[in-house]
Amino acid sequence: MNELALLVAATLSAGTPLAIAGLGLLLNERAGVLNLGAEGMLLISAVAGFAAAYHGGSEWLGFAAGAAAGAAVAAVFGWLVVWLNTNQYATGLAVSLFGSGFSAFVGIDYVGRQLGEKTAHAVPVLADVPFLGPALFRQHPMVYVAVALVAAAAFFLYRTRAGLVLRAVGESPQSAHALGYGVRRIRLAAVVTGGALCGVAGAFLSVVYTPLWVEGMVAGRGWIALALTVFATWRPGRILLGAYLFGGVTMLQLHLQAQGVQMPSQFMAMLPYVATVVVLVLISRNPLWIRLNMPASLGKPFFPGA
Amino acid sequence: MSAPRLELRHITKRYGDVVANDDVGLAVAPGEIHAILGENGAGKSTLMKVVYGAVAPDAGELLWDGAPAAIQSPHDARALGIAMVFQHFSLFDSLTVAENVWLGLSRTVSLREVVEGIRGKAAEYGLDLDPDRPVHVLSVGERQRVEIVRALLANPRLLILDEPTAVLTPQAAEKLFETLRKLAATGCSILYISHKLHEILALCHQCTVLRGGRVVASCDPTRESTASLSRMMIGAEPPRLERRPANVGPLALSARGLALPGHDRFGVALEDVSLDVHAGEIVGIAGVSGNGQQELLAALSGEDPRADAGAIQLFGQPIGRMGAAARRKRGLHFVPEERLGRGAVPSLSLANNMLLTRHEALRAFGWIDRAALRHQASGVLRRYWVKASGPAAAARSLSGGNLQKYIVGRELDAVPKVLVVAQPTWGVDVGAAAQIRAELVALRDAGCAVLVVSEELEELFALADRLHVIAKGRLSPSIGSAEASVEQIGEWMSGLWTGGPGQAAALAGGAR
Repeated sequence: MNELALLVAATLSAGTPLAIAGLGLLLNERAGVLNLGAEGMLLISAVAGFAAAYHGGSEWLGFAAGAAAGAAVAAVFGWLVVWLNTNQYATGLAVSLFGSGFSAFVGIDYVGRQLGEKTAHAVPVLADVPFLGPALFRQHPMVYVAVALVAAAAFFLYRTRAGLVLRAVGESPQSAHALGYGVRRIRLAAVVTGGALCGVAGAFLSVVYTPLWVEGMVAGRGWIALALTVFATWRPGRILLGAYLFGGVTMLQLHLQAQGVQMPSQFMAMLPYVATVVVLVLISRNPLWIRLNMPASLGKPFFPGA
Repeated sequence: MSAPRLELRHITKRYGDVVANDDVGLAVAPGEIHAILGENGAGKSTLMKVVYGAVAPDAGELLWDGAPAAIQSPHDARALGIAMVFQHFSLFDSLTVAENVWLGLSRTVSLREVVEGIRGKAAEYGLDLDPDRPVHVLSVGERQRVEIVRALLANPRLLILDEPTAVLTPQAAEKLFETLRKLAATGCSILYISHKLHEILALCHQCTVLRGGRVVASCDPTRESTASLSRMMIGAEPPRLERRPANVGPLALSARGLALPGHDRFGVALEDVSLDVHAGEIVGIAGVSGNGQQELLAALSGEDPRADAGAIQLFGQPIGRMGAAARRKRGLHFVPEERLGRGAVPSLSLANNMLLTRHEALRAFGWIDRAALRHQASGVLRRYWVKASGPAAAARSLSGGNLQKYIVGRELDAVPKVLVVAQPTWGVDVGAAAQIRAELVALRDAGCAVLVVSEELEELFALADRLHVIAKGRLSPSIGSAEASVEQIGEWMSGLWTGGPGQAAALAGGAR
């Protein structure tokens, strides 16, 4: 019972960076921009967040620095793909490779350093409820912020006009342009916002989750976050669900290993990806579902006036 | 005399070597319905894009209420009170009708108000439209209604309509005219782009005729005739459709009790559709868009091979489960309603688009004989007077009418045994439309079985030997087009034939 509670708690914690990064990428993709540079953005923001938290002594400073770093990298990416119309796939891969190299380079001095004492978090009263307390209410505040962000994004996309405009731009930039919307401006704003969210996720990894900086510590979570957007058919609520599912699989893997279950760790490590493929096959059986949710202009450049 | 609502002076716009607008000037008074008449490629659409701010002119000036106005974006245009109904719809497929309309309106209204506004305008102007349906399930005609309602909801001071009646029934077009007259009576100016002469005669107060990007005439259409307007527009009389009585041969294409459930909850289900098309005759299917035409065409062309094998027969062979290519091999060719995306691949050259349905230029092992392909494409370009820079031009670079000519030409050139064609002359100018119709009649006379699905009654009456009407997924019995009247077909369009869906509903209502 107590073990299950701890497993749930670990799942929520592991799913949180995936959810925040996935949400950021979802905003990008809803505007029609595919950012394959997620892994690199997470790495750069992870090292930026760690450095800020190390020198500033505050986790929240770390998150802010991570967000700023993620937004800055995304702004460069956005300028390249939105204004200069470079190929989104190639540019994204370049950002990914750049991010892993650059983060390793600037992070050398931080390898092996420790952040201050880890503080225990607990929601008053609720934390003492049996089972539910340890499972749900002794988390880092960012875990709850992630849930709130998902709800806010869902409200933004489906209940506000700005969200509608964002979806419209991702659906048909030509039509949005004809109606007088600034397609490039909106796309860039979405890319930068998405980058900032990825940045928070990266900082969460290095400042709270691990918490230390090691080269390549993001360990493919950027790619999982990208897969999450498809898994979720570009709907925010399902991002959260998928993030916890993937987080749970990771935690289950560690848990089973600790229990001495004989299963190659590589097999468990590929489970999130296998799950994504399976879900893709399932949702692709319903073309209308994809049609209604997938941004039609995803990955395609937009040339105004053409 | 007050200042004109809109005045254009010396507008010039070049695209590379092509001069789309050359020193164009015109003035529209408040409350005036002003026609812009011209053939495809005469520069009408470019001129309207200049007014709407979507295209910046190279030279010339624009005056609004007598004062020079700089319209640099559609946003500026809307701020002045200019609304536009586009020919190529600027709609978002995955969004609902209401959301689409909302995007074109100012920020101050709520989505709920928009839904109510759409219901109100739709009822007021007799435009049947459900605000909650996603746009991707709508037919072309329904999409246009969305555009029109969107424009009307902005309470414009100048409304631009680009070929608005292209896909409307005569009753719906007449209703639209009433709408426009009402709107004009409130002081709203209307720029009405069309190449349909009788519409301009019936509706417009003033007419500017464009040919080759230049203003060739400016006249009061009430003092003109279709012949005189046509002379101004193309510099010649419109060709007449010559036709002899049909020489009906054996049964070619038939459907028996064809039933198909809708693709999704918004699709139209086909119920018990039966029809015969014989060699040497043209059968027309009339109906308001969105009544099952798309579904019937998909089932006949092979795009949707879900029908019972025997429900569709080609020369006595069951083909209900065959794909489009297999049917084409057996002599059934198809011209779809959507030119870009279904009829042609937008980004490919005209020559490569030839390969979609024609394989004459293919050699052993799928090798493409490029010279033969170019030659074949040039042949179609020449024979059907397609205005294009050549076979290497991308399909999307052609105007709608020209691409239509190319696609119809591609299928006609294959000398099919059976031709199923949707909206053969949608957006095509008078001269080219007459030519396409003449080719269809010639094909019939050569012994081809032709099925025409169109929303233009006039065209069906001119072309078809027999007519069916489709309403709510059901097909009426056929009637000789010589015996049919526009009124009767109009009634059938509402489903009011014996055993039709409208009649059944009316009877049920009467019994209650």
